Amino acid sequence: MIQLGVILVYLGLLVGLGFLANRLFRGTASDFMLASHSIGPLLLLMSLFGTTMTAFALVGSTGRAYTLGVGVYGLLGSASGIIHSLCFFVIGVPLWRLGKRYGYTTQIQFFRDRLENDTLGLLLFPILVLLVICYLMLGVVGGGAVVSAVTAGAFESQGWFAAEGYGVPAWLASAVICGVVLTYVLFGGMRGAAWANTFQTSVFMVLGLVTFIVVANAIGGRDSFLENLQGASQAVSESQLSREKIPQPVYFSFLLIPLSVGMFPHVFQHWLTARSAEAFKLPIVLHPIFIMILWVPCVLLGVWASASTSGVPPGTPENAVLATLVKMHAGPVLGGLLTAGILAAIMSSLDSQFLCLGTMFTQDLLLRYCGNKELGDQRTVFMARLFIVVIVMITYLLSLFLPRAVFDLGLWSFTGFTGLFPLAVAALYWRRLTAAGAIASVLTVLASWLILFWRSGFGTNKRYGFPEADMNLGVPMMLPVVAITVASAVVLVVVSLLTTPPSKATLAKFFDGEGRRLV
Amino acid sequence: MKYAVWILVALLVVLHQDYWQWKNAQLDFAFLPRAITYHIFISLAAAGVWLLVIKYAWPVGSDEDPVNGSWEDVES
Repeated sequence: MIQLGVILVYLGLLVGLGFLANRLFRGTASDFMLASHSIGPLLLLMSLFGTTMTAFALVGSTGRAYTLGVGVYGLLGSASGIIHSLCFFVIGVPLWRLGKRYGYTTQIQFFRDRLENDTLGLLLFPILVLLVICYLMLGVVGGGAVVSAVTAGAFESQGWFAAEGYGVPAWLASAVICGVVLTYVLFGGMRGAAWANTFQTSVFMVLGLVTFIVVANAIGGRDSFLENLQGASQAVSESQLSREKIPQPVYFSFLLIPLSVGMFPHVFQHWLTARSAEAFKLPIVLHPIFIMILWVPCVLLGVWASASTSGVPPGTPENAVLATLVKMHAGPVLGGLLTAGILAAIMSSLDSQFLCLGTMFTQDLLLRYCGNKELGDQRTVFMARLFIVVIVMITYLLSLFLPRAVFDLGLWSFTGFTGLFPLAVAALYWRRLTAAGAIASVLTVLASWLILFWRSGFGTNKRYGFPEADMNLGVPMMLPVVAITVASAVVLVVVSLLTTPPSKATLAKFFDGEGRRLV
Repeated sequence: MKYAVWILVALLVVLHQDYWQWKNAQLDFAFLPRAITYHIFISLAAAGVWLLVIKYAWPVGSDEDPVNGSWEDVES
């Protein structure tokens, strides 16, 4: 019960932060969606990191390390350190400059302008919304699972929620999390989200390290911290300490997954909040270190949980491993705080995703087809808020019916975004890209993603890879992301070369006479 | 120098695929699995390489509009 109280106090603090940010709200759509381009290096670092690290990073990495072993850090942790910063530099900085120069608020506005084509925008909108919803479900499912596992037994004396082990049911916890994030996003807009992200990133990094120390000391059971670390690791089986459970081609193909950051609409929106291009320098350099600080403890905790000394029952679901460790080895107050830390990581992504959906709806559909003058700033912000509420409700309902492991749910969302990555690169760096090439590439991603998602049993086959075992294509089985991205890039290049590029006037906005980028 | 730092980025990606120690279950300092120790170094090296990138390969005048002057001019 104490744990639940601590969690509720933390959630209350976040709502307060949203109200505080609302006092600085200037009432304009630009302020609601982009915080009036006022975010400096430190806030940008924290908000980008908080946004890219989700339930996938904490709950998913610990859970997957529990089943696959230590290779999970190299699989996505260190890989993201290299690739995310690459995306910030080669995609983020130029897009920030273009956004600032031509007034873009969403990716679709950029693509539409760059390729002189409306159809591309109409095609991309539902695809990006679908992929963001998949990503949102990561947080909603992950958050519910954590609170449910940690509070198990809290209502035993009252006899409530017996079916859920007398803890807060996952559906209720997910609903409360959605409600809290909605509140501070709707009141605080992008400024509220950036503040909350910074606060929550600090919370989950500090409490993540505290969790690590507390659990290590509890599992090790010896005198010093170093001895406890040694005891915890030495109890783990050899197969968990090496990467023998991960096929090398699969490990290689995971390198493509972090490229998804280059096409995340919510990350694009955070890029545009930057005060200057210089503000990107700090996130580019420190992002790999921050990932290391978060992922190494999480992966070690997951690996330790697989040993009998951890007390974690064999066969514990991946989503529940971190929460089970916290519940077993931390006291009620610390357990509540640690759970708040886990929720912080989850909610710091949910807020940006909520906000980006509202922004896309108003900018790419409403203002595009109804006109700014008719709507006005107040009505635009109202419509953005309304769309956010509707999407959150849809996501929440879907999360009730489509429960899946957080890690796998995330992978499919990231796979779709990575498939669109060639489009982002080509739009920025390849003068010869055409609207037809872009549309063909997006359709290829959509078709191949749907087919492979279906072939994987809608994500239920965790080991699904392509080419499938019986295809005999002479290529080792890899993650579906490889086939989708290669197909997307090939179609984009071939169709572009066969069709007419945008007008010289449009190209002159983005490239000089020799084909170099202007900004 | 600009090309040298990009070669370092490519080298990082290659070094990330450390197949030669795939089945190594050794514990460094008796607690840190080798696969994690190695990738901690990769993460630190990544930060170092990105520091070089922003120092030597940062686009010149990236806060300014190369055609029309500063952003403030464009906005006004």
